[in-house]
Amino acid sequence: MNAIGWPNWRRLNQEGIVFAIAILLFAAAALGLPGFLTADNLVAIVRSVSVLGILALGMAVVIIGRGIDLSAVAIMAMSVAWYLQLLNTGTSDGLAFVYVLAGVLAIGLLNGFLVAYADVPAIFVTLATGSFVFGYVRSQLITQDAVPVPGGHWVELLGGVRFLDIPVEVFVFAGLAFLVFLFLRYTKWGRFIYFAGDNPVAARNIGVPVRPMLVLRYVLSAFVALIAGLLTAASLHSINTRIVNSTLLYDIVLVAVIGGIGLSGGRGGVRNVLVGAALIGILLNAMTIIDIPLLYQNLIKAAILLGAIIVDGIINPRDEQTAQQGDI
Amino acid sequence: MKLLRTLMAAATALAVTAFAAPSFAADDPGPAAYAKSLNGKRVMLVPLAMGFDLAQGWAHYLKKEVEAWGGTFETRDPNWVVDAGAQAITDAIASDTRPDVLIIHAPDLNSYSKLMKKAQAAGTYVLLVDNPANFPADAFVGSDWDKLGQLEAEAAIKGCGENSSKKIGLVQGDQANSSSLYQYAGIMKVLEKHPDFQVVAKPDSNWDATTSRNVTTTMLQQHPDICSIIDFWDGDATGASAAIRDAKLDGKVFLVTTGGGEKAADCDKLEDGTYGAVVMTDLARQSGDMNAIIKFLLQSGQPAGTSHTYIYTLEKATTKADLKPDSCWDLKALQAEAAAK
Repeated sequence: MNAIGWPNWRRLNQEGIVFAIAILLFAAAALGLPGFLTADNLVAIVRSVSVLGILALGMAVVIIGRGIDLSAVAIMAMSVAWYLQLLNTGTSDGLAFVYVLAGVLAIGLLNGFLVAYADVPAIFVTLATGSFVFGYVRSQLITQDAVPVPGGHWVELLGGVRFLDIPVEVFVFAGLAFLVFLFLRYTKWGRFIYFAGDNPVAARNIGVPVRPMLVLRYVLSAFVALIAGLLTAASLHSINTRIVNSTLLYDIVLVAVIGGIGLSGGRGGVRNVLVGAALIGILLNAMTIIDIPLLYQNLIKAAILLGAIIVDGIINPRDEQTAQQGDI
Repeated sequence: MKLLRTLMAAATALAVTAFAAPSFAADDPGPAAYAKSLNGKRVMLVPLAMGFDLAQGWAHYLKKEVEAWGGTFETRDPNWVVDAGAQAITDAIASDTRPDVLIIHAPDLNSYSKLMKKAQAAGTYVLLVDNPANFPADAFVGSDWDKLGQLEAEAAIKGCGENSSKKIGLVQGDQANSSSLYQYAGIMKVLEKHPDFQVVAKPDSNWDATTSRNVTTTMLQQHPDICSIIDFWDGDATGASAAIRDAKLDGKVFLVTTGGGEKAADCDKLEDGTYGAVVMTDLARQSGDMNAIIKFLLQSGQPAGTSHTYIYTLEKATTKADLKPDSCWDLKALQAEAAAK
């Protein structure tokens, strides 16, 4: 990678490979599939991966810092389900939103504290908090899987917001991507994430506040999940907590990893998420147009993830330091 | 005079019968036999999850009935996880308080077959509800999904009309669940009889609303002149309806789906035009059917697995035009009723 952030084409890395595949697929679909290369369909592609991409942005920040957040989907669905349930049972909007913000903050802090200060591996912490959030909200706070948005509420209106006929989630995705890009590249704390992800001990020795920053990343990821959940509810006029049982969580990791963000931490950025999301979006859209049954779609997607992980292993070999410290 | 005498004689006879009736009732062996075979019997419902309208409706109506005849009613919540359901059934069979009747909502054709056989061997009657399975249960109570698919297709054809594009899109569930497979078969049966109508796309939603929205968006872009879409479940049809709304095709695409006839999920959406037609299950009646067959089995004295009965619920495609105040049942009202107790 050179100074202005363009990929270095002479040394083909995973991001380059995936980007090339995405371009090839795009070209093939544009030539072979009628109706693929229309403005509406292109917008639909971006929109279909917007929520996924937003979640992947949060996940990317966590992974770059050598962590993982498996509670993202649970936080996304359950926070919004609880919010809508509060609204449906007559809690005032402001109060309900404060409750939910506090809840999301608490879970982010809990994730961060357990990983940073209790030294429990992130994969176990977030797996547990994800199950906890789902179980607690599902059993104690809401009465059924699907919670509708009350008629006329701002979440419902949000779903109808269009600018130049482009749905609102596309702009939110673009905006968040830009913000995360600025954060990672131009802020001190953003740069520190790379140091901490690459070598936490060395980062600590040079005076980087490694632990508070770890907490911050999980809090960020939780808030990003809340935004993704609100956008989902805005579009569908309801939120279904069954999504926690779906493959969405793996899709988020898929988008981040396939774009070239190494699971061993310290590598990658927003561009990798965009490349990963582009490939998945084009792939799913093309497969839907061709009418490939879901079973095969999942098989193709899984094969690509497996391929990406293998390529990642070859291109970003585990160095001495990773082998000693371990990754997630 | 003669007529009057006859009338009086008849009246006397009637009066005698009427007064004599209570003494007959006292000797009626029914209630005692009924109480003897039903009292203290255990009924357990293991649905796919307790978190959705069908399961909550069944549980409400069954509990009321079972407790009224002196039985115990329990539910287990596998929360859409097949393994958790299997565990719940295994535990139930092995426990000291083994249920006398197990009502199972099967996730697919085969997963629970062995367990259901075990349950019958242990002496528990097995009822399958809603989703058929490859297993000779004591009774199946639920929709004839093939017929249901036919009703959906007929509703879609009617919704399209003669002067339409005659293009229909399907949003299937998945390729494993019997309700999805049989529904598809039923739809195709009707469409074969109407060769001028064609299915232009048939993606799966995997029962997920976001996926349903995405595939429907693509479908509508590829075929903007689609006149009707059949989404296989009201649980994810909110996604298909969002895609139609986003494409500004409200009122142009006739959305057909199926569901448990819950007010917020079905009738309200027919009322506001989101759905064109919903093939609804009469949930109270379906629960009543279950209760009747449970009472029959418990009194029959026959060993579990002796007879195999199919009780298909009457299904009907409801449109806005034939909505009535009692077309749907209201989950909120049931929950309020339960909370008030």
